[in-house]
Amino acid sequence: MKAVEVTGLTVALDDGSVIVDDVSFGLESGQVMGLVGESGSGKSTVALALLGFAKAGANITGGKVVVGGVDLLALSPNELREARKKLIGFVPQDPATALNPALTIRAQLTEGMLGEKKENLPRIREVLETVGLPSDNAFLRRHPQELSGGQQQRVAIAMALGKKPELIVFDEPTTGLDVSTQARVLEMVAGLCADNGMASVFVSHDLAVVGTVGDLVTVMYAGQVLETGSREEVLLSAAHPYSIALLESVPSTRQRLPLVSIPGRAPAAGAKFDGCVFADRCAFVEDRCRDSAPPLVATSTGSSARCLRVEHVLQNQRCLVKEPLPRVESREEDSGSVLSVRNLNASYGRTQVLFDVSFNVAPGETLGVVGESGSGKTTMSRCLIGLHEDQSGIFEMDGKPLPPRLRDRSKEVKQQLQYVFQNPYGSLNPRETIANAVVVPLKHFYGERGKAARDKAKEALERVEIPWRLADRYPAELSGGQRQRVAIARALVCNPSLLICDEITSALDVSVQASVVELLRTLQNDGLSMIFITHNLAVVRSIGDRVIVLSQGRVVESGEVEAVLTAPQHPYTRGLLADTLEVDRSDAETSDLPG
Amino acid sequence: MATETMTEKALEAAPPPSRSRRAALAWPIARRALTGVVTLWCISVIVFVATQAMPGDVAHIILGPGASSEQVAQLNQNLGLDQPLLSQYLDWLGNVLTGNMGDSIVSGQPVSELLSERIFNSATLTVIAMVFIIPLSLVIGLLAAVFRDKLLDRAYLGTSLIVTATPDFVIGSLVIALFGTVVFKVLPPVSLIPPGDAPWEHPRQLVMPLAVMVLVGVTYLSRLVRVSFIDVLESEYVQLAIIKGLSMRRILFLHALPNALAPSIPAASIMAAYTIAGSVVIEYLFAYPGIGSALVDAVAGHDLPMVQAIIMLMAAAFFCFNQLADLLGTLNKSR
Repeated sequence: MKAVEVTGLTVALDDGSVIVDDVSFGLESGQVMGLVGESGSGKSTVALALLGFAKAGANITGGKVVVGGVDLLALSPNELREARKKLIGFVPQDPATALNPALTIRAQLTEGMLGEKKENLPRIREVLETVGLPSDNAFLRRHPQELSGGQQQRVAIAMALGKKPELIVFDEPTTGLDVSTQARVLEMVAGLCADNGMASVFVSHDLAVVGTVGDLVTVMYAGQVLETGSREEVLLSAAHPYSIALLESVPSTRQRLPLVSIPGRAPAAGAKFDGCVFADRCAFVEDRCRDSAPPLVATSTGSSARCLRVEHVLQNQRCLVKEPLPRVESREEDSGSVLSVRNLNASYGRTQVLFDVSFNVAPGETLGVVGESGSGKTTMSRCLIGLHEDQSGIFEMDGKPLPPRLRDRSKEVKQQLQYVFQNPYGSLNPRETIANAVVVPLKHFYGERGKAARDKAKEALERVEIPWRLADRYPAELSGGQRQRVAIARALVCNPSLLICDEITSALDVSVQASVVELLRTLQNDGLSMIFITHNLAVVRSIGDRVIVLSQGRVVESGEVEAVLTAPQHPYTRGLLADTLEVDRSDAETSDLPG
Repeated sequence: MATETMTEKALEAAPPPSRSRRAALAWPIARRALTGVVTLWCISVIVFVATQAMPGDVAHIILGPGASSEQVAQLNQNLGLDQPLLSQYLDWLGNVLTGNMGDSIVSGQPVSELLSERIFNSATLTVIAMVFIIPLSLVIGLLAAVFRDKLLDRAYLGTSLIVTATPDFVIGSLVIALFGTVVFKVLPPVSLIPPGDAPWEHPRQLVMPLAVMVLVGVTYLSRLVRVSFIDVLESEYVQLAIIKGLSMRRILFLHALPNALAPSIPAASIMAAYTIAGSVVIEYLFAYPGIGSALVDAVAGHDLPMVQAIIMLMAAAFFCFNQLADLLGTLNKSR
């Protein structure tokens, strides 16, 4: 008997639209299954449904979830509660909101356990040590808000482990963590599941994460399982066109590859389809794909895929293989610099967060700024744009001195230096149409109004591949990727000489990230200078010319991207690179083959 | 990354030593006290001007229609009413600041003496009302949140909306008609407390005014409690508690209650302020000898020192509770 057996699991919203459609899989004890998908794929809904739980507005409408021989969905509410307590552990995505701020760590760790409190306490101490946390009483008396993000995540893991469940469900537990913390947490998870013989389901949007912990990998899209199989089957020889496309859109730290985005946009949760859910975006689509929903079939690689043309796809997918982009020629040294920064120091109150940061951006160059949380990279970008008051440093723009504070900068300087924020959900005015968002800077900087302004806005939106028919929509009607494109168009319409991009892809799905990165590449080819701030080394590899690595407010390494990421000199960069997970792919071998 | 901006904001807001934390708390309190003084001064001006603008001449009223103009002028002089308005105001303000509220024009006794028993009676009524309002609101708000959108919750929301929309005196009159005069006649329709007696020596007289105050208070406060409970019940930590297989009782009282209580406490404080101001109507309706009914009598009798003293008193109490609510809210946020 398998430890976990899920058959035909279906979840629907109150209005009847299906958000998880007929999901089935099985897990042996000690096995880890990675469940991967983009936003809206239904992966988190599945994670909760494994506990017989659905959020308000959704209901589990069919299927079986058998854990340790018990069918959770057939139980009465009281029995289900007992079963959850006994059989399943759950690790939430964001422990900062999932741990109760009013209760101590100790109360939250012991309350879910069976048996007497006195017996549980030694067990809790043991588990805390396993996850690398202190186990003394002083620590147990703390409240969640007194811990760091990494510690909170470990407490959440310890909470799930404490009762020795049959199954642990991890719902994107590493999303908010640094690469180095993430690497340590993942290693721990894999070890714990193997040692304790617990089955686990690990939900993530990150293929590299899933490839690291998962023995099995299941790919979800629009509420359906599109492909499932062993890690090697799914990641090394993907059979479903969606899995292939998803893998193509992941940037690599090892090579500067063009990223292939998936055309179109992901369907809204609960959308209805007659045929294959991926047909509208698929490169291999045929008429029959749209007629009837394809079943999950076994493929010649050993995995199962929901595709009618799977063997054809497997034989022909090689034509998708892309060649590495040519090494970027170093730009002419003597052409001066768009922006030069000397000895930038910045503080928050008494805490100094930036120490003597200096760099140049040459015309047409893309400078990658890499660092983990707390490295000061966001503060640095705020200093550059003039929003951070508590700073000292010498800025020069095109050889002329640049005042450090925004209020001292001339209109012309403001127009030349444009900024794109991390979160496109927050950076666009929700009550303004996107055409208006793009027209406003035109009015402000160039005094353009009416038709002339709208024509320019149209040009800018088309440059970022936003069709003009969307111009009168509001941001809420657009997807995250589209919003970020609008934010870029808003910056571009000012005709800047330098674009500062602050983590602009980190809130986006990987396939959407690919399309935004490729958009930036076209701007780069048009000669725009950019500062690209990110925590993602792979993105820097795909777009940066030069890179500076920030650690604790200091530049620890800088140089050509190729040199720094191929042979890092500073131990910090080496550690960062070693902790960055890669999707193991056949690219390295196949990229030499003719396309 | 979002986490980074958060850490940096945390750095920005982090209070390094405890000394500055105490200082950070002292400043808002001092600022509130200062604005309190300014506010009360503004109120004193308004009260003084408004009472002066009341129709009718005080001396005429006191002396009756048959008084001669010399008598009126004499009395005006005795009362200081012939002085310019500004000097009258300054005299009055100086007296108030030294604790002398003046003498009642009607009875000639000191205002403070007349009011002390009234204040005690009103405070008793308010405190007893709050003792019922707070726990009842908690329980009702919690139940409504747990049975959200079910029949019970909808019935409760509808009823509380009707009660809130109905003026206090209408509710009061209905209650009197129902239990005091027309239908049942089980309770005294007026709540006269003989002078010198403590209100609790006459519990039957207290039932109806209390019932109206509690009804009005609970329907307001419990809706706030309901909303903050709903917020908490939708939070991820409650979801995790459900997923952990905890009992409903533990989730409600241990996980939800402390977090839902925090935003309700300032609301309860505002409620107390409202109860004090609202007591005018209810005390008058039930003829309960508190400051509310004293105010109505004083206005009717053109007893200016009484009116001024009572309004200043009510304004100060209202202001204090409001500031308390603000302060509790700030403390809660900084936690």
